[in-house]
This record gives sequence, C-alpha cells and structure tokens, in this order.
Amino acid sequence: MRHDRLRSWREDGAAFWALTAPPVLWLVAFFVVPLAMVWLVSFAGRGPQGQVLPVATLENYARALEPIHLLIIAKSVAIAVAVTAICVVIGVAMALVIAFAPTRWKNPLLLLVMLPFWTNLLIRTYSWIALLRSEGLVNLGSGWLHEAADALLGLVGLDGLMPAFQPVELLYSTSAVILSLIHIHLPFVVLPAYAALERIDRDCLESSLDLGATPAQTFRLVMLPMAMPGIATGALIAFILALGSFVAADLLGGTDSIMIGNLIQRQFTASNDWQFGAALSFLLLYVTFALVWLNAARRARVPS
Amino acid sequence: MIHALISRRGLLQSSAALSIAAVLPRGLAAAEAKLVNVYNFDTYIGKTTRRTFTQATGIRVKYDLYGSNQELLAKLRAGNPGYDVIFPSDFMIGTMTKLDLLSPLDHAKLPNMRHLDPMPRVSNPPSNPGLKYGLPYQWGTIGIGYRKSKVKSVPVGWQALFDNPAMSGRIALLSEPREVLGCALKYLGRSVNSTAQDEINLARDLIVRNKRTFKTFAADNGQDLLANGEVDLVMEYNGDVLSVMQENKGLGFVVPQEGTVLWTDFACIPKGAPHPDNAHAFINHLHDPKVNAEIANTIHYASTNASAKQFIRADDLQNPSIYPPADLIAKCEILQDVGDALRLYDRAWTEVQAA
Repeated sequence: MRHDRLRSWREDGAAFWALTAPPVLWLVAFFVVPLAMVWLVSFAGRGPQGQVLPVATLENYARALEPIHLLIIAKSVAIAVAVTAICVVIGVAMALVIAFAPTRWKNPLLLLVMLPFWTNLLIRTYSWIALLRSEGLVNLGSGWLHEAADALLGLVGLDGLMPAFQPVELLYSTSAVILSLIHIHLPFVVLPAYAALERIDRDCLESSLDLGATPAQTFRLVMLPMAMPGIATGALIAFILALGSFVAADLLGGTDSIMIGNLIQRQFTASNDWQFGAALSFLLLYVTFALVWLNAARRARVPS
Repeated sequence: MIHALISRRGLLQSSAALSIAAVLPRGLAAAEAKLVNVYNFDTYIGKTTRRTFTQATGIRVKYDLYGSNQELLAKLRAGNPGYDVIFPSDFMIGTMTKLDLLSPLDHAKLPNMRHLDPMPRVSNPPSNPGLKYGLPYQWGTIGIGYRKSKVKSVPVGWQALFDNPAMSGRIALLSEPREVLGCALKYLGRSVNSTAQDEINLARDLIVRNKRTFKTFAADNGQDLLANGEVDLVMEYNGDVLSVMQENKGLGFVVPQEGTVLWTDFACIPKGAPHPDNAHAFINHLHDPKVNAEIANTIHYASTNASAKQFIRADDLQNPSIYPPADLIAKCEILQDVGDALRLYDRAWTEVQAA
C-alpha cells in the first residue's frame, strides 16, 4: 500500500494545527484549567464564611490524610472492589453470551445492555427504593408468595405451620448501595469485554478444542488471556466510577454507608469548605492515577 | 466665538447628561425583559402564585429549584448565574451578606410590606436588621413526625428521636450536620449554635451511642419514609410532614418541648440580578394577602403576613405544629453562621457516619 497522500505534520503545519487545535483547546479550557483551579483551591486557606484565602497551606491535605478520612477512602475502595468484582463476573458472562449469540441477536442484545444509559442516574437509583423498601415490590412479591404457600398448606390441613411473614430490610444498607452501583456500572464492563471477545480469532478456539482442551480449559487458557485487556479496561472504568460515586450512598445507604464521594460533596455544600473538598478530590485523583498507572505497567509487561 | 461654542457644547453635554439621567430609571425598566428568574426550595410556593403574578404584571416567571441553603450558596458563590429572586434562610442571609452576595431591597417598590406581621422576629430579625436584604417569606420549625399506631404515647421531646432504643430501626434523622447536631445539642440543654468542641462532641456521642436505632439519615425525603411505612419516627421540617398528613390521618407532628431550630426564609435579590424591578414586583406579589394565604394553605408553613391570616384556613392557624405557643417559641433558636466552628460540625458528622 502506498501512502503518497500521507504527509508529515512538520511539512504541513497549518493542516496539522487546524485539526489539532480544537481538541487541545477543548481539553485545556474544560479539563486542565478547571482542574488547575481545584488544585490551587486545595492549597488555599479558609475564611470564616468559606472564603478562599490566598495563602498557601498544606493544612487541607493534612486534614485529608487524618485516619478517619483515610478510613472512609479505604471503605470506598472496598465497596468499589466488591462492585467491580461482581460486575466482572456478571459482565464477562453477559459478554460471552452476546459474542457467541447468532449474528441477528447481537445488536438487540447490545442495545439491551446500553438501554439503562438512556435513563437518568437519579431515576435508576430511585427505582431501587421502589423495589427494596419494606413495602416495596420485592417484599410485596415475596409476601404474596408466602401467603400463597400458606393458603396451599391450609388446603391440606397444615395451616398455621408457616411463621408470619416479616418484610426483609433490604434498603438503607451498604448492600443496597453495592447492588445499585453494580446495576449502574455493569455496561462499562460488558461493552469492552464484548469487544475483546468478539475480536478473538475463532480458529484459535477451534485449534484449542481440536488439540484436546476441554471447553473450560479453552475458556481459561485461551479466551480469557486474549480478552483480558478489554476486561481489565472495563473493570478499571467501573472501579473508578464506583469509587467516586455518592448518589447511591446518599439515597440507598444506611447510617454508616458514607463514601469518599459523599464526604467531598458535603464540603461543597453543608460544610462550605471548598479547600478541604478540593484536597480530598485530589487525594482521590492520586489514588485513581496510581491504579491507571498500575494497569498500564501490567500491560507493558505482557507483550501482546 | 470658540469660547462660546465650547461652553455651549458643555451646556449641551450636561443637559444631555441630565435628560439621560432623568429617563434612565424608566428607560431601564422598559428595557427589562418581561421575565423574572426565581430560584426557590422545592415544594415551597402556592399552586397559583406564579400564574397570578404573570396575570397581574405580564411578567413571565422562570422557576428553578434547589434542595438546600448550601446548594443555593454554592451556586451563587461562583457568581450569580442569572437569578433575580432567591429564598435563603436566616443563617444563610448572615453568610451571604458577609460574602456580599445580596442587593439591598428598595422598600419603596414593596408596598405590600405594610401587611407584614409587626412582631420583631418578623419585622426586624437579628439576621436581617430592618429587612434590608430580604422580606420574610415563611417560617417553620424542625420537629418530630410520627405514626400514631406505632408509638406508645405521643412524643413530647427530642428523646423520642435521639434516645429511644424501643423504636430501634424505625427512626430516621435529617442528613444536614448543623440541623441534626443542633437539635441533639438542644436535647442536651445546649445551644443549637454552640461553638464549643466538647459540647458538639457530646451531641456526636449521643447520636453514635444510638446509631443502630436510626435507619437512615434522610436527605430531603423523611416525610416520604414516614408516609410509606419505612420508619415510624422522623426528624423533619414541620410543613413537609404536615403535607403528607393531609393524605394520611394516621400521622402526627410535634414540636419538641425542649425547643428546636426555628427558621425564617427570606425573599432576597442576589447581586447581579438581571431583572431587579421584576424581582421587586415578584417579592411584592408574594405579600399580597390573598396570594400569601394561598401559599400558606398549600405548603402548611407559617405565614409572616398579618393581613393574610383572614384567608388562611382556621385549622392551620390553630395548629400548634405550624404556629407553636409563645412559650415554646421562646425556647427555640435560630441557626446562626458559626464561622470557623463549622469545621467542628463537619468533623463530628464524619465521625458519626464512620462510627
């Protein structure tokens, strides 16, 4: 193939900058500048009404690194790890089903995965309240089943055998928060995992089976390693998004379901302490950077 | 000749300046688009308020909602994004005036001020002396909403919420640190505006000790949790509970005997409001006695308008949950801007949640 229409950017600077300038300006204006402002605020002093005082201090970071705040970060990491792990297990299974489904089914199935994105995050979170509350659909449904079973037993003269139905307390707990976060972040794992599985050369799988590997071995030794970059990317996205979330903990959490996102959000509202909130945000950002870097380093070690 | 010309030009200029000055206010008023941008708490206005305002003045109302005073402050601190009328509570007026975010009102454009209740708490509140920065809108309290069938006796004080192991798992508190810790301070016989670390920590310890009795810290939906059976006791704003009581006669509300947080919200004009004249007209409209009564009859908070009382439902006027008796009001306190001590409240609240 000849590339005679391909020119070096050094030779055609105008065309290069015409194409590069808009995205660079966009990134600078809407990412670098705001982030730099937050970074500056994280070193500022706080006036009695929350004024941003132009004095350089490390006080905000010192507060952010206090054990109680590190504990909340650790707890958020634990929640995000649990969410990511379950998302990966369910997400890879879903991606497998879609990748090996008949071709005409693939797009409708992918559409079903993406459909929740079209609903507002708040509504998706609120809908869990309707499902999980003590008079919610889950409890009403199981209560109805309970009554039906009781009635059936009554028919054969065994009424009164079953204990009275007690609604299960599902809402306002860390489990409810994790459930909602899984629901929200699952598509972020399914889509890249599907893309990776779809790209695998089917001949490799056939060779593996022909050469005597069981389907389980083929999955573990051939498919998973080949799909791993996609799965890892999806897991990383899900993890980072879950780590910084606060809506689920706010609406579905119990009295101790505080996540780092809630703490940061409170600094910008009730506690009127943008300086401390900025320092916490950057602490979270550093944790995230470290994870992205680890992922990149892991990939660099594995030659593809 | 030249001299005369110059002086004539000078004269012309100054007379032009004079005539511009003379038409300027009217000119500006005419230039003000027929629009007012109102930013208010959710469920905090009458059903017909906006419609009657537009009918009376021809000014369209663009209406936007916030969830808390803090959200309002966060929105305005970075510069007024275009709001004309806002409704901060008393303690937030203190913060906002110190941050220079509010415009003084022109009382001459607010003839309905004459209908305001003359009692000093309304006509000359300490947070807003002389009503310079806002007219009082509605006032209310934080108290206890309860389910009649699930409590042994009608709750009388804060103990029913803060120290009630018998109702374990059936209680929800609010989620704002100042409000929750403030009411806990009140239960402990301290001030809701305490700036003493040991007192704030006492309030924190009380909540931590009884933490398993609380089901959740409800953001802005405690009344819904009570209404749909999720909890039987809830810390909430009186009007929010009274609204769900309209549909559910099995619920009750009580203002705790120890006193509580009492607040008044004010209709204010933020600095940089694009339509200040329309804003004055809107605030004035809120204090038309009939309009004001329609608001009170809809949202069930207490009116600050004396002339509106004749149009407000009698059972609301006689309801001690809306208009508590004077001796109880005397025990209540207004939340004030505590400055740097806010960090103590934030820390205590983080410790409550991490415990």
